[in-house]
Formats: sequence, C-alpha cells, structure tokens
Amino acid sequence: MEDMPLPSQGYASSSGQGRPVIEPCQEAIATLYGYLDGELTTDKRAQIQHHLDECAPCFGAFGFEAELKALISRKCRDDVPEALRRRVADALRAEDVRS
Amino acid sequence: MADKAHFAEQAMTYMSSLYSAALRMTRNPADAEDLVQETYLKAYRAFGSFQEGTNLKSWLYKILTNTFINNYRSRRRRPTETELDDVEDLYLYHRLGGLEAASMGRSAEDLVLDHISEAEIKAAVEALPEPFRLAVVLADVEGFSYKEIAEILDVPIGTVMSRLHRGRKVLQRTLHTFAQERRLPAPADVPS
Repeated sequence: MEDMPLPSQGYASSSGQGRPVIEPCQEAIATLYGYLDGELTTDKRAQIQHHLDECAPCFGAFGFEAELKALISRKCRDDVPEALRRRVADALRAEDVRS
Repeated sequence: MADKAHFAEQAMTYMSSLYSAALRMTRNPADAEDLVQETYLKAYRAFGSFQEGTNLKSWLYKILTNTFINNYRSRRRRPTETELDDVEDLYLYHRLGGLEAASMGRSAEDLVLDHISEAEIKAAVEALPEPFRLAVVLADVEGFSYKEIAEILDVPIGTVMSRLHRGRKVLQRTLHTFAQERRLPAPADVPS
C-alpha cells in the first residue's frame, strides 16, 4: 500500500531511476502552497495556472491539497461556551468600573 | 478608535475564532477559556494603542499568541527527529489514492473523511510541535497571509514559510497514521 503504483508518480520525484524529469510539474509542486495561500506574484500564478490547465496529474494534486486545506479550516472550529461569553463581558464591565 | 464600547463590540465578533485557536494552542478547554478572557482584557486595556483602520483580527491574534507563549506554554517540546525528517510532497494524496479516486468522482473531502474523523483532524493539528502548530493554525485555519503571520509571531517571513511547510507535512503524516489505525483498506481492495 505504501508504494502503490500511481501514474502520477512519474512527475513527483527527480530521484526516480530512469524516469523522465518533467520540469514544469516539479516547479508546480514546489510552488503549490504559495499558490494555494495566494502568495505568488501575478505572473507566477498565471504560469502555474497555465500548467494546471494542461496537466491533469498536477491539477488533481492541487485540487486535493486545496480541499484538504479547506477541510482542516472547517473542522477546526469550536463553539464558544456561553459561560465564556458571559465571563468576558463581565470582566470588561468590571474593568470599566475600576478605571 | 471611536470609543471603548464600540471597540469591545467589534472585538467580540472574533471570539469564536480566537477560542478555537486557543483550544488548538493550549489543548484544553479550561486553559483556552482563561487565555481568551485574558486576551480580551489586555486588548481592552490597550485599545488606545490600536490604530483604527489596521487589522483588528490580526491585532487580537497577536495578543492571543503572545499571551499563550508567555503564560500558557508548558514544557516547550522540541520537534522530534521523526517530525524533522523529510516527508515527501503530496504525502497524503498519494497514500489515499487521490488520482484514482478523483477519476471516480470522489472529492478529497470524501476521501479524507472516509478515514479520518473531525476529532482526529483537531487532534492531528494539536499534536504538531508548537512552532509548526501556530503557523498551521494561523495560515490554514484562520487564513492569515505570510506577512500577517510574520507580524503576529514576530519572526521573518522565511521562518513562517518553513514552519508552515514543515508543519503541513507532519500534519499529513499524522492524518495518515490515524487513517491507518482505522485499518484503511489498501486501494486495491476498495470495491469500485
């Protein structure tokens, strides 16, 4: 299971023996997080976008990482206990009285 | 800033995010509640130094983070050797059979949630070594920019990027471990 053969692995590594090294894919993967975080320059972003438009494996990988990021954000939410809201409001009121 | 009451009202709208972040930081509800209360008190006292027009949310997060680091951080756990080992790119994607699943019309969310519960996602974030954890929470959960995170944590942007990069990789490996503990079937065994 660890090393299941995936067609996508052709692009993943420069160390694979005898595998062709596909530069644009490596560059895309290297800038994946910058892309997802909205931290690339306009030019760089357009360049990666262009690559994703024509490379299904990279498009799939970017899609997965984007969804994973969104999922983590959505699942790391907790309801504020009502008691805490009251405590904070009371503490701020007490602060007004003091000052 | 117009007045203190207006300020407090604005600041209150961030309590839910601040409390969630405080829980990830302290990993226990009692400390998280104290941390949030302390953050609001400090913000209220210092509201005069808050510049209207600047980002209130990131200002509150800076107070939260500083208070956590100064008062709540227990033993400062250094990243273990394993956590510093290099983890390959797209670690989880490859192991959950992302490309094959996508071809069957399954989203990443379906795929991950098949194997990992909401509680495990939170636990995986909380298991990160602190510097990585703060960066991941600020970027992935709260959506702050690298520059904002650099200001909140008072570190260079390059440091933010490396902690984030490292943290995300460790997080993927932890999520995969949880998935395996649930006896993730090998992709070949999944009925198609």
